[in-house]
Amino acid sequence: MKPQLPRTDHLWWSAGSLLAVCYALTPIAWIVSLSLKHPGDLGDNRFWPQRITFEHYRAIFADAQFPAALMNSLGIALISTLLAVTIAMFAAYAVVRINFSGRRLFLALALAIAMFPPVSIIGPLFNMWRLVGLYDTWPGLILPYITLTLPLAIWTLAAFFREIPWDLDKAARVDGATAFQAFTKVIIPLVAPGVFSAAILVFIFAWNDFLFALSLTSTNDARTVPAAIAFFTGSSRFEQPTGSIAAAAVVVTIPLVIVVLIFQRRIVAGLTAGAVKG
Amino acid sequence: MAEIQLENISKRFEDGTEAVKDISLTIDDGEFFILLGPSGCGKSTLLNIIVGLETATTGDVRVDGRVINDLDPKDRNMAMVFQSYAIYPHMTVGDNLAFPLKLAGMDKEERDKRVTRAADILELGDMLHRMPRSLSGGQRQRVAMGRAIVRQPDAFLLDEPLSNLDAKLRNQMRGEIANLHEQLQTTMVYVTHDQTEAITLGQRLAVLRRGRLQQVGSPRELYNTPANLFVAGFIGFPSMNFFPGRVENGRLQLPVLEDTIDLGDNGTDLNSGQEVVVGLRPEHLALAEDDNEAVLVVEVALVEWLGADAYVHFTCKHGGEEEPRLGQLADNEEKEKKGGKKITGIVKLDPSHRLSRGDALNLRVATDRLHIFDPESGRCLFRSSQEE
Repeated sequence: MKPQLPRTDHLWWSAGSLLAVCYALTPIAWIVSLSLKHPGDLGDNRFWPQRITFEHYRAIFADAQFPAALMNSLGIALISTLLAVTIAMFAAYAVVRINFSGRRLFLALALAIAMFPPVSIIGPLFNMWRLVGLYDTWPGLILPYITLTLPLAIWTLAAFFREIPWDLDKAARVDGATAFQAFTKVIIPLVAPGVFSAAILVFIFAWNDFLFALSLTSTNDARTVPAAIAFFTGSSRFEQPTGSIAAAAVVVTIPLVIVVLIFQRRIVAGLTAGAVKG
Repeated sequence: MAEIQLENISKRFEDGTEAVKDISLTIDDGEFFILLGPSGCGKSTLLNIIVGLETATTGDVRVDGRVINDLDPKDRNMAMVFQSYAIYPHMTVGDNLAFPLKLAGMDKEERDKRVTRAADILELGDMLHRMPRSLSGGQRQRVAMGRAIVRQPDAFLLDEPLSNLDAKLRNQMRGEIANLHEQLQTTMVYVTHDQTEAITLGQRLAVLRRGRLQQVGSPRELYNTPANLFVAGFIGFPSMNFFPGRVENGRLQLPVLEDTIDLGDNGTDLNSGQEVVVGLRPEHLALAEDDNEAVLVVEVALVEWLGADAYVHFTCKHGGEEEPRLGQLADNEEKEKKGGKKITGIVKLDPSHRLSRGDALNLRVATDRLHIFDPESGRCLFRSSQEE
C-alpha cells in the first residue's frame, strides 16, 4: 500500500523529483543535442539543434576505430562482469556460510582493495603488463577490472546471502541435493537480485573506466570506447571533433541505459518473502 | 523403513560447548519417537546428526545396522521438516513438492503422480500453482510436510514443526501428524520442547537435558515412573509439586505435614536420616475430609480457573524454615528467583469450589502416589505408587 500523501506534500514531492531529474538529465540532453547538430551550428550556443543531421553518427561508424573500440568495450566489460560476479558469488557464500579463521580479515582486506587509488598502481601495472605481454590485450584490462570490482561485488553479495535463511540450504541437502546443487538451485535463484546489482556495478565500472583503458592500451586491439573517444580527430586539423565525440558518447550510453533498465526490474526486494514463517 | 540406532553419540562444537554427551538410543522401525527437552538441551543437534547435517564428534549412527556416519545427507533417504518450514520461496507449491523427486532424477509422469498423491493427503490439491508467500502459516506447514512425504523416505525427522502455529492450528496439525504416521507407518523422529505435544503424539519419548539423556520410555512410563527430579518436573502439567523431607526409620517426615508417613515394607530400604525431595503431582492432592491423615494445611495464593478444572496455587502453612534443596529440578532457577522461604505448590481441584486468594485449605496427600528423590543426584529413590 502506498501511503496517501496530503495534496501539498504530493506537489512538493513531484516538484523535487522533477528538479532532480532535470539536474541529472540536462547534460545528457545537451550531448544528444550536440550529436544531432549540423557541423556548422556546433558553436551556436543554442539548446535545440536548428537542423538535425546524423552525419556525426555516420562518421564515427565509418571510421574503423570506433566500431573496434565498441567491440572491445562490450567484450571486456561483459567478460569482466561475468568473471567478477561468478568469483564474488562463491567468495561471498563462503564468507557468510563457512566459519573459517580469517573471515573478518578477508572482508577487511577486500574493502582495503576497493579503497586503493587506481592511479597509484597504473605505473607498475604498465611496466608489468609490457613485461608479461598483457599490454594492449583484453586480459590486460579484464584483470584489473575484476580485481578492483571484486570487493564491491563480494560485499554486495554477502549482504544478500546473509538474508537467506540457513534452513533453505539444509532443506535442499536433506531433499537430496549435493552442496553444489543446493547452491545453484536454491541459493542463487534467491540472491538473483543481489547478483544483478553486483553485475550492474561491475559492468558500469568496466564500461566507464578511462584510466586503465588509456594507460594499458595502444591500438584498436584492446582500446575501449572511453579511451578511443580521446583519440578522435576532426575531419580537418582546423576542426574540433565535438560532434563525433558527442555522437560516440550517446552511443556508449545507450547499452548502459538498456542494461540498467533490464536488470532494474529484477532488482526487487522481497523475493525471499514466504521462505520462512511470517 | 528404518531402525535408527545411536551409539555413544557426543557432539562438541568448535567453540567448546558440548551439545550432546554420550547418548545411546534405539528408535524402532515405524515408531513415533519424540526427543523432548527444554531449549538448548541438544535435541535439535541430535536430529541434525541423524539426518547428517552435523557430524557427531564421537559415536556411531546406524540405520538398519549399517553405520552411516560419513554418508552425505542426500544419500540417507530421510526427510526433514524444519521449524521454519524452509519452503523454497522461488518455487510454486507444486515445484516445492517435486523438488526432491527431480533431484532423484524421477521422470515427470511418476513425479506428477506422487505430488498429486501427497497433495491429496495434505489437502493441498488446489494450491499447487501458488507461490509460498501467498500461503498462511498452516498451509506452509502442510507444504513442508508434503515435501517430506513425496519422497517416501525411510524416516521422517521433524524439528519442532508446530511451534510457529497458533494454538488452535497446532492442535489440529498435531492430530493430522498422528494420522499421517498411522497411514504411512514410517519411522518418525519428532523434536519438541512441548511436553503436551510429546506425550500425546509419541509412542516413546527420550527426555534430554543439557545434552544428556535423562530417560527413555512411553509417555505413561515417564509420567508414572520418572527416573529423576528433572523428568518428574518436566513431564505433566501442571508440573509436579516438590517438598523437602527426611526419611527416619522407614517413615517419611515432611516439615509441611504434621504427621509422618509410613513408607511401608519397601521404605525400610531407605537410609535412616536421609534428606530427600518428595514429589507429588497436583492431581494427587485433594480436599481433605476430617478423618484424613497426612493433611497439608495451605493458604490459597492464586486460582487459575479453566472451566473443567481449577489449578490452585498455594503456600504451605508449615515448614519452609530451611531452604528446600531442589538443585536438580527442571525449573530450579525460577524457584530460586522467588526466593521466599515458603514452600509453594499447585493442586488440581474441582472448579465448583469458589476459592479466592488467602483462603485456608486442608489438602489430603495421596500417600500411595509419592515419588522420593535424592536431592543431590536427583535420582528417584523410591516410589509408593505401584502403577507402571
